[in-house]
Amino acid sequence: ALYPQWPYCRKRCSYCSFNTYVVPAVDEAAVRACLVREAQTLLRLSQVHRWVPAGGSWGPLKCPPATSHPLLYSITSVFFGGGTPSLASPHTVGAVLEAVAGAAHVPAGAEVTLEANPSSTSTSRLAGFRAAGVNRVSIGVQSLDNAELQLLGREHTAEEARKAVEGARRLFPGRTSIDLLFGLPGQSQDAWAQQLEAALGLCDDHISLYQLTLERGTALAAQVWGGALPAPPQDLLADMYQMARTVLVAAGFRHYEVSNFARKGAVSTHNLSYWRADQYIGVGPGAHGRFVPRGEGGHSREARVQTLEPIAWMREVQSQGHGTRSRAVLSLLEQLEELLTLGLRTDEGVTQERWGRFSPQLSLQHAFGAPGEARALQQQGWLVLDSGGLRCTWAGLAVLDSLLPDLLWQLQRV
Amino acid sequence: LAVCRAAVRWGALLPSPCPAAAPLRWPAWLPAACERRYSSRGKEQLDMSTYPVESIRNFSIIAHVDHGKSTLADRLLEITGTISKTDRNKQVLDKLQVERERGITVKAQSASLFYNHEGINYLLNLIDTPGHVDFSYEVSRSLSACQGVILVVDANEGIQAQTVANFYLAFEAQLSIIPVINKIDLKNADPERVEKQIEKLFDIPTDECIRISAKQGTNVEKVLQKVIEKIPPPQCSTADPLKALVFDSTFDHYRGVIANVALFGGEIAKGHKIVSAHTKKRYEVNEVGILTPNEQPTHKLYAGQVGYLIAGMKEVTEAQIGDTLFLYKRPVEPLPGFKSAKPMVFAGMYPVDQTEYNNLRSALERLTLNDSSVTVHRDSSLALGAGWRLGFLGLLHMEVFNQRLEQEYNMSVILTAPTVPYKAVLSSKKLIKEHGKDQITIINPAQFPDKLSVSEYLEPTVLGTIVTPHEYIGKIITLCQDRRAVQKDMLYIDENRVMLKYLFPLNEIVVDFYDALKSLSSGYASFDYEDAGYQPADLIKMDILLNGNPVEELATIIHNDKAYAAGKLLCERLKETIPRQLFEIAIQAAIGKKIIARETLKAYRKNVVAKCYGGDITRRMKLLKRQAEGKRLMRKIGNVEVPRDAFIRVLKRETDK
Repeated sequence: ALYPQWPYCRKRCSYCSFNTYVVPAVDEAAVRACLVREAQTLLRLSQVHRWVPAGGSWGPLKCPPATSHPLLYSITSVFFGGGTPSLASPHTVGAVLEAVAGAAHVPAGAEVTLEANPSSTSTSRLAGFRAAGVNRVSIGVQSLDNAELQLLGREHTAEEARKAVEGARRLFPGRTSIDLLFGLPGQSQDAWAQQLEAALGLCDDHISLYQLTLERGTALAAQVWGGALPAPPQDLLADMYQMARTVLVAAGFRHYEVSNFARKGAVSTHNLSYWRADQYIGVGPGAHGRFVPRGEGGHSREARVQTLEPIAWMREVQSQGHGTRSRAVLSLLEQLEELLTLGLRTDEGVTQERWGRFSPQLSLQHAFGAPGEARALQQQGWLVLDSGGLRCTWAGLAVLDSLLPDLLWQLQRV
Repeated sequence: LAVCRAAVRWGALLPSPCPAAAPLRWPAWLPAACERRYSSRGKEQLDMSTYPVESIRNFSIIAHVDHGKSTLADRLLEITGTISKTDRNKQVLDKLQVERERGITVKAQSASLFYNHEGINYLLNLIDTPGHVDFSYEVSRSLSACQGVILVVDANEGIQAQTVANFYLAFEAQLSIIPVINKIDLKNADPERVEKQIEKLFDIPTDECIRISAKQGTNVEKVLQKVIEKIPPPQCSTADPLKALVFDSTFDHYRGVIANVALFGGEIAKGHKIVSAHTKKRYEVNEVGILTPNEQPTHKLYAGQVGYLIAGMKEVTEAQIGDTLFLYKRPVEPLPGFKSAKPMVFAGMYPVDQTEYNNLRSALERLTLNDSSVTVHRDSSLALGAGWRLGFLGLLHMEVFNQRLEQEYNMSVILTAPTVPYKAVLSSKKLIKEHGKDQITIINPAQFPDKLSVSEYLEPTVLGTIVTPHEYIGKIITLCQDRRAVQKDMLYIDENRVMLKYLFPLNEIVVDFYDALKSLSSGYASFDYEDAGYQPADLIKMDILLNGNPVEELATIIHNDKAYAAGKLLCERLKETIPRQLFEIAIQAAIGKKIIARETLKAYRKNVVAKCYGGDITRRMKLLKRQAEGKRLMRKIGNVEVPRDAFIRVLKRETDK
């Protein structure tokens, strides 16, 4: 998976603490050149070749090294995130995709998603992105209520959001996702129910519902913590979440991750690769990656972060081909911790097969089936461990963050 | 905590800054580099026989904090040529960081001053005393080596609580009292008012007060003259057998214990064999001398004189304050009033991080080398780990001890809220047999005997003195009543200042009384207290339960009247500090089987982070790992996990502003 990060926004939203920049003028040609160059460098480093080994994707590695990950032999998905990547020109998106296709094998029909804001998603722009190779869009609707949109500091109205989604669905039928936020200060359960109903009427086959997280340093958090806006009560948030899950499942959606719902198999391949702890390459300012740098003889999965600030990042890419600011080799334990933390967010959980690929020696059963915290959590009905793997129950998923410290603590002691 | 920032007495132990310096050595704990500010009286050993008893005056300076005791001492040292006169002489006798920061004397320093008055050479021994009641015993021993005191009162602030306490200590010891009104150079100085207060409260005629400015040196010479005129020489004779009072001691890594002594009879020199009346141990004297204020060896010390001796004592407990030393085979009647240190305030001390346990232990050992009044018992708490239960003479003692650990040993500790020693009069024959006595002291709530086997519980009390501008009386009386205090006296010491006396249960003032008093009087009220024995009290043991399971380290002994409020507060604080869990948690305070307070911590119904994509994972893992690591430090009460932090937040002493 490849994640190119477009770091710019036209305006910072009140709740957002991402690594984004609002600048008067973006030197798009320079950013494009750097995205292309860094993508090429990192693809080479990860040794994703155009060449596909004979005998299937696992062909030449009959017996993968015990602690290593499967090699990436192709780019299975690209996700343009940000920032607001829909502010970039289709030309830039196309250039990055060409670079990827030039450096690595990209299977036909590989998912290529673009995050888009309703305010920069005219039908003609979307058509341009489609022509450049994008085949899926994720639209940041956030709310279908104008007062809420204003509170969130969004640039668009509910009507514009509707139009954007409808336009996108025509261009990307079955491949349009929308984001919604809940748990806004002052939002009632009824208001949320109405939002949800409206969203169901609008949406395609994929929907992400995020509980608003108050992040330090954001305008919205300052207002809530300063007492200017009410903090949503914990119990209300729980009720909102339960209601949303129930409604969406009743509407035929699969609740395939904590905040993500899909029907007709329209899951996000790209995002699943995070939750399945596959390899991914982050390109662009502040982008994160996890891969084995085989191109320089590496054998271990590394956590990598690119330089945060765009100008500094560009300087580094121009001088050395990439802007990797930090890289850390992940130990087997750290890899398993990530696998557990991410995998349990999904409805499939951590499968036996996937766990075994990371940890051929220590089985899931051995790690979590013996008496201990994990077993107690299974007995209390939060977790299930069976031949399929380890996963959360319906109730367990909502309190996953209370389960994980126990599981990690147990894993550390095995 | 600032309960009367006064002179208190115990020493630190730091590696000597100049280990090879000899023979005139600085006390090992002097933080200054080897900078000599004192004029040396020559390398020759002094012959002290030229100072007969008639030309000796032994005295102390006593004062409320910040009234100028140390500044006056600086001037006296300068005038007598004991130290050279420079403007760097500020708190010359106060060497420790904590002393200079707080303006208190932690380690009292005595000094011998030589002064010629009307053609006679006098030896004036300034015996520094700890002024605070935490150290009333030490003060009384120091004062017993004196025949008079200089009572310093601030011309602006007037008589304060500690002035009163100090006066009565001196008065009861039948010492001559020289009242001095200091800081007359200040703009708001009102010496007349203060003179009237002194007359009203202490019955000293106004014309006996000396108005001075120690800072500017005004009239300080007159104070010296009054010392010679008004204070009688000590009544003792060199012809008598040796009788020496130990009134202080310090520990030096290289030379062992240095005991400060006052001779009540006889003489002492190197080579003499001496015996401690308390321990019966025998020693040979290696060195005697006077303090100027650093140690200066002399040939001998004679009756009436004050100085130090080194005699191969290895621990400060061998030179206990109040002990009497005499010549081997020449026993004397020991000086009256000797007592062993009796801790009045206890607190648990734990390293913030258990890996620091050994370092903290070594720091404690070194700090207590110089302070035998701190009692140390190993203790361990399931929540806080291995630590100690320390006994202190009082609050200031505890505070300064803790501060010195932090400043001089760079130790960061968890100090639990202080408790007091309760007593129980047993009625159960079985328990009496078990303890071998019918009255026991209870320091740990786990030892609290059941009401059925006890005829009476007792709690320690103190007599508190409060001096305040009268506009705060109402609030202060309410505060005292809230603290179960009984008014004993109320007296206007002038038109707008009142002195109140209250009998307090000690436990009511150990936590935050002084802060409350200061804040409701805008800082104007002063407070001091003295031990007032035990009184019967309706005490109970309050347990804290989490889902029905008692939490051992949160059990407290408390007065029945206070149980409900304290239980409620504790439950509320726990509710704030225990993280929500997967099930509901009942937090209850109970007396026996009776629940007196309850808070409910609801179960988590949703606790999962909304977004976890590529860029969120690293941050997420960091937090989770910290939480998983935290599991190691979790204390499990039944199925409830209580993080160590929660215990610390609930048990920790609230630091004073």
